[in-house]
Amino acid sequence: MTPSKPSASASLALRVHGLRKAFGDVVAVDGLDLEVQPGECFGLLGPNGAGKTTTIEVCEGLTAPDQGEVEVLGHTWREDGDGLRQRLGIQLQETQLAEKLTVEETLRLFRSFYRRGRDVSDVIALVQLDEKRRARVGTLSGGQKQRLALGCALVGEPDLVFLDEPTTGLDPQARRQVWELIEQLKATGRTILLTTHYMDEAERLCDRVAIVDHGRNIALGTPRQLIAGLGAEQIVSFAVEEAMAGGLDDAVLEAVAAAVRATHPARATETGWELPVAATHEAIPALLAELDRRGLPLSELRTHLPTLEDVFVSLTGRALRDA
Amino acid sequence: MPDPGRMTPVRPALVELTLVRLKEFIREPEAMFWVFGFPLLLALGLGIAFRNRPPESIRVGVLPTTPHLITASLRSALGLTVVSLADDNAAAQALRTADVALVVAPADQGSVEYRFDPSRPDARTARLVADDAVQRGAGRHNPLVVRESTVSERGARYIDFLIPGLLGLNLMGSGIWSIAFAVVTARKQKLLKRLVATPMSRGQYLLSFLLSRLFFLVIEVGVLLSFGALVFDVPVRGSFLALGLVCLVGALAFSAMGLLVSSRARTVEAVSGLANLVMLPMWIFSGVFFSSANFPKALQPIIQALPLTGTVDALRAIMLRGAPLASVSGELLLLLAWLVIPFAIALWLFRWR
Repeated sequence: MTPSKPSASASLALRVHGLRKAFGDVVAVDGLDLEVQPGECFGLLGPNGAGKTTTIEVCEGLTAPDQGEVEVLGHTWREDGDGLRQRLGIQLQETQLAEKLTVEETLRLFRSFYRRGRDVSDVIALVQLDEKRRARVGTLSGGQKQRLALGCALVGEPDLVFLDEPTTGLDPQARRQVWELIEQLKATGRTILLTTHYMDEAERLCDRVAIVDHGRNIALGTPRQLIAGLGAEQIVSFAVEEAMAGGLDDAVLEAVAAAVRATHPARATETGWELPVAATHEAIPALLAELDRRGLPLSELRTHLPTLEDVFVSLTGRALRDA
Repeated sequence: MPDPGRMTPVRPALVELTLVRLKEFIREPEAMFWVFGFPLLLALGLGIAFRNRPPESIRVGVLPTTPHLITASLRSALGLTVVSLADDNAAAQALRTADVALVVAPADQGSVEYRFDPSRPDARTARLVADDAVQRGAGRHNPLVVRESTVSERGARYIDFLIPGLLGLNLMGSGIWSIAFAVVTARKQKLLKRLVATPMSRGQYLLSFLLSRLFFLVIEVGVLLSFGALVFDVPVRGSFLALGLVCLVGALAFSAMGLLVSSRARTVEAVSGLANLVMLPMWIFSGVFFSSANFPKALQPIIQALPLTGTVDALRAIMLRGAPLASVSGELLLLLAWLVIPFAIALWLFRWR
């Protein structure tokens, strides 16, 4: 591959090319490429252990790559590490902030590291912790701690924000609050790179998504493009009565898939099977007829719109959760 | 739009880091106890145990067969308590268990035999006192008249020796523990990693630990010195300036050592072991509880090079002998070396993630 022209890469917020990183025998990142445009919210979506955190930490200048080029805001870490630090906002996956300090003290500390930045009171208001301003970090809930961590990432008025699994471990309510915060951030035109293993999070927040598996980028596009790439209009889930489930062997499943003109082979779920179909109105009658012909009584039939989860499944044959 | 009236002022990072250190420490009651409470309790306990008492009476054993005249002479001697023992077996047993320091037994032709362990100082004293009583009882006259006058000088008591030792010990303990726990906890919580992801200066981060120690130093030294002065009347004969300077350089040296100890450790257990390993030799050899001169000559060069030895020796010289600053310059130089070298190594070795 020819190196991209300086003018092209200079306008990128982040450019990663041919990134490789191994820890001992374990290859965490295996030749990954990324290009993030200024002002976009870019998602790295993949299961745990796919190499997302290693990738983002190399971009953050915390981990040195074995191979590959990383350009952040047009600079490499070697060129101008100190200058870059001033322009980045970072939220790490596992950081526990000092428990004995209050929300305000924590933010004041982080603010003091930056030459320019936002007023601490503004950040507290932004992350909706006004009532907890003088509360110790140790007394905050998981969602509040995460919003404080986001506040610490934003207090330096960053040009580029890195968020590593911003909602992992949070309850649904707290997740929604963090999402709203990230949406506000997007509205101000900041560039965001976030990692997640929640497809709903990537679909909701990200302008573009790279699907990462085994340290490689296996798909890239907007969530809509990726889903459209499946060629499926709906995903049909069905199950047959338990006593008869043995009748659904590989040959029968193939025949069923052919009958409904599935875009991808059938996939087992916890309770039954899933078939991506292009034309639901034709597929459903065909499925019913085929099962009826084979004497397999349906116990369950549902359809849903395809999601990034289905994209991941179609690419890897595994679900995000159990990959 | 931010309202300028409610803008939070931005202080320099070093100030913020140091303030954070102080707040975190103050909000940790256990740490406060170990730094302030424990040394006071130790000083109080040891001060009471070793307070000046009238000379203790030494126990001397006699047998039923010991001549009456001799037993009577022993009973009349000052500083001896005579214990009657049943037989030779009982006498041997009493000597073995240090129940008595000396046994006075009869020997051939009206003479007496002294049984004792000459390696025990009280046994040697008992022999001298008992022999004097026995000989005088038998009619000896002293050819020379002597006059006695006794003294009890401030500065010569055990508590006077102990307080500077505890001061040094405290500088070491609080310097190493407070820093080691704070650093390792921050590392374990990945807070260190988060901090180096900001533009924070790493040198300033480490420096904030030393600076925060200075604040507590004033309190620590003040509390222990006032305690010594008020409760045990321990003197400070030299200048407070010299004393303060030794405490300052000593505290910084131990803080640098605390940083070095915690530069790699990932768990509190690991750093505790390492800190104990570093401190134990100084607890033993540096002359906190008894003079380091008791150890063999061959060990002295090593003992004298330990930072706690330097601190304690300099503190004793200033407090008890009123030594001027110039006379402790050797110790100060030693402590400066213990400050600069470990700090430099710590900065180099430090694991930030």
